[in-house]
Amino acid sequence: MSAARRLAANWLPAYAALFVLFLYLPVLLLPIFSLNSSASPRFPLTGFTLKWYAGLPKTPALLDAAWNSLVVGVSAAVLATVLGICAARALTRYRFRGQRAMQGLIMAPLVMPEIIVAVSILIIVLALGMPLTLFTVTLGHVLVCLPYSISVLISGFEGFDRSLEEASADLGETSFGTFRRVTLPMMAPAIISSLLVGFTISLDDFMMAFFLGGNDVTLPVYIWGQLRFAARLPGVLALGTLLLVASIVLLTIAELLRRRAQERTQTTGGLLA
Amino acid sequence: MAATAEGMSAAGAPAARSRSYLQSDEAKGYSLISAPFLYALAMLGLPVVVVVAHSFWTQTYLTVDRTLTLENYRQAIFEPIYQDLLFRSLWISFTVSVLTVALAYPVAYFISFHGGRHKNLWLFVITVPFWTSYLLRVMAWKVVLGYNGVLNSALMGTGITAEPSTAFLYNSTAVMITLTHAWVAFAILPIFVSLEKVDRTLVEAATDLGDGPIRSFLRVTLPLSLPGVIAALLIVMIPTVGDYVTPKMVGGTDGVMIANAIQAQFGRAMNKPLGAALSVTTMIAVCLMAGGTVLALRAAVRAFR
Repeated sequence: MSAARRLAANWLPAYAALFVLFLYLPVLLLPIFSLNSSASPRFPLTGFTLKWYAGLPKTPALLDAAWNSLVVGVSAAVLATVLGICAARALTRYRFRGQRAMQGLIMAPLVMPEIIVAVSILIIVLALGMPLTLFTVTLGHVLVCLPYSISVLISGFEGFDRSLEEASADLGETSFGTFRRVTLPMMAPAIISSLLVGFTISLDDFMMAFFLGGNDVTLPVYIWGQLRFAARLPGVLALGTLLLVASIVLLTIAELLRRRAQERTQTTGGLLA
Repeated sequence: MAATAEGMSAAGAPAARSRSYLQSDEAKGYSLISAPFLYALAMLGLPVVVVVAHSFWTQTYLTVDRTLTLENYRQAIFEPIYQDLLFRSLWISFTVSVLTVALAYPVAYFISFHGGRHKNLWLFVITVPFWTSYLLRVMAWKVVLGYNGVLNSALMGTGITAEPSTAFLYNSTAVMITLTHAWVAFAILPIFVSLEKVDRTLVEAATDLGDGPIRSFLRVTLPLSLPGVIAALLIVMIPTVGDYVTPKMVGGTDGVMIANAIQAQFGRAMNKPLGAALSVTTMIAVCLMAGGTVLALRAAVRAFR
């Protein structure tokens, strides 16, 4: 039995390491080939170059798309976080009838095929005669970001010591004053974390932007358009690498903040966002 | 405690009831949840109802005829092309969800039982790729599997093959590999959560009573982590059935899925009602398949015990 246990103990870490390799290897190819001088992504590498990156700022369509992504990402993250704060506070602080059903509907985009969510919004937008613009993309992104926002915020709100709020109320603060001066500062890391996660999701989302964007193009939709041309692949790889780095940096900050929020509220469980 | 005290005083003084209800936990909860709930209702609940309505209508060019008809469903269910696409999509999403759970379970188990102090770090490292752009990850697989791709150049470079092979890209296997890679990290989370809840003393008890590591795993750990396995299956199976990007980029003609047909109805074909019927049919079909899989899995685990 001890032999079997030793085998299990050695087999699992090796498998876990291979698993991480499998997760990262394909993704790491993007930065590798974006720095390679050959226009076609294949081994052996031909030489180091930054020319694909240098070409990026000279493409006006790309700069437009980047600006669009920034506008949509910031708006969607802020809106989703504001709605998420309300939902997370209602769900962690109060008990009421229909709670589970309401939570179910709000979290539903998490487990629905994205094309069906996108098509549903598209039908209603077309039926209302609204034009497809960045505004409609933002509406879709808020819906998709909201469940993630709520998960991040709930993990920060859970285990929040209510006696602090009660103390504040006893000392004469109004409920809004208590929220602003006690609850909000305690929750700040979770809120910033939610903003960053929301922005990252919006920045990376393709389906909503593709269906609801009309002629307004965000970065993923721009990349999608470029993929038809084999000659533009290195530029796309360079752009993709930049997006990848941006996502990873934002998420790392978000994770560190979320953990700090958890430490502040002193939860021991609830490891997951 | 504050809630019960409030409730009692309200019962004692009927006149004060309405005011104290406004200050009750329930009222505060409703007022807070109303904004996000109404948003989800307006942007998801209502649109889904409109989609279902559309699926019973017909469209000629730009005008929608609102006479109720089942013609769209006849096409969506019985036309061979949509039937093929639906069955292929269901098969792909089923395979991908089973594969992801099988690949993810040992990793979740490792982190939960042997992760030690670094559990959080492991989870973060594993989930980061999931958060990076889906489009970029699919593109990476295209670079790996393509005719001039990494796999072919590696195989030729090492002398295993003389010619680049076209067998890797543009088929449903490529779609399955790409989707598995895309979702496997996400599947770890629910499995990990349920493994964390497994009472370690139960495993010890099984060992003390003479079960070997494999038997105690099959009889204690696996059944207790079943909710996580089921959640992981569902959060992979249901979204992947409607995947659009992967089949479009690495699927070729052999890997086309139902989402590509749905998109075509909203784009070039301009037949929203048929697109709606295809969406509803897909959603119902995948829910039935998911329900069946869950039942089969529960029965299998019970049989093992």
